[in-house]
Amino acid sequence: MKQKHLVIVSGVFLLLAFVAAALLYRSAKSDAAAQAYQRNKLTFVRPHSPTFGSTGAKVEIVEFLDPACETCKEFYPYVKKLMADHPDKIRLVARYAPFHSGSDQVVKILQAAHNQGKFHETLEAVFAAQPGWAPQHRPQPELVWNYIGNVGLDIRRLRQDMSSPEIEKIVEQDIADAKTLNVKATPEFFVNGKPMPSFGYDQLNTLVNDALAAAY
Amino acid sequence: MNPSSARDSNWTLVFACWLIAVASTLGSLFFSEVMGFAPCILCWYQRIAMYPLVLILPAGMFPFDRNIVRYAAPLALLGLLIAAFHLLLVAGYIPESIKPCVQGVPCTEVQIEWFGFVTIPLLSGVSFLLITALLILTYKRSSK
Repeated sequence: MKQKHLVIVSGVFLLLAFVAAALLYRSAKSDAAAQAYQRNKLTFVRPHSPTFGSTGAKVEIVEFLDPACETCKEFYPYVKKLMADHPDKIRLVARYAPFHSGSDQVVKILQAAHNQGKFHETLEAVFAAQPGWAPQHRPQPELVWNYIGNVGLDIRRLRQDMSSPEIEKIVEQDIADAKTLNVKATPEFFVNGKPMPSFGYDQLNTLVNDALAAAY
Repeated sequence: MNPSSARDSNWTLVFACWLIAVASTLGSLFFSEVMGFAPCILCWYQRIAMYPLVLILPAGMFPFDRNIVRYAAPLALLGLLIAAFHLLLVAGYIPESIKPCVQGVPCTEVQIEWFGFVTIPLLSGVSFLLITALLILTYKRSSK
């Protein structure tokens, strides 16, 4: 009988240790990100990063996204709605984390479209056509061209910009920042520097609402 | 030693194996689910050998059955072999050409390095080695 108790007690103890360590790890990670945001905002927002929303907004969502990531696509309308619900209070900064192989090419298209002031429209077109050019998580960047014809881009200029060293550098910078900020999956959101405690719409919603309550 | 206390100490050896298996299971889940490291293919194979031990070992502990060693040892040995292969791969002793994982997370990627030498495959290898050693010890002692 004693042996049974020993097993149950040690099993429960190890499980509790796991939960405690997970909570500690998460809060340490969140604190570290918040501190990094205070110290060096540049890792979160680069001058080259496409942004949406009013520049005076006090709540800033930094989203690391991969155009080939299905969850990024699913989150997109949700984030848009969050911003629409709180006009002029939320600013969204788009960062690239092209984790799928081949995604970097699509990211270059997006950044080159940003040069033409059409990041938003191109991103929407790319997300909408995602099943077409990235079936089964295997991006085929050359297929993207079939889906962005209606955006109104100067395709010749886009192709030129895409292969420019500036855009190459921007993509490398974003990948480096993602690494610095410990971004391992997409989409990853930082709301005024704070990451989601765990992944989900509700968690993002809570994070944004907390930031709104603190700022306004 | 009288038979009942010998049985008790054999039970303790299996219990120690179970503790190691539970700690390794939770540890690997911590790496993947909390810290967000994607497990590579070889990590998955090691998980396949480790996770069942958490359930199989207690089945031989209540009541104590020395045959548990025969059921658990093949898993532990298999895990040990895969961990050894993984370690050799990371250390570069096994050439690129017979590397089983090219897509997804490369098995040679070192995700943690505590004290400069403790990596995830090393932790796994040590766990499997300890479990295997303790199981063999249990079997030898109980067959006397």
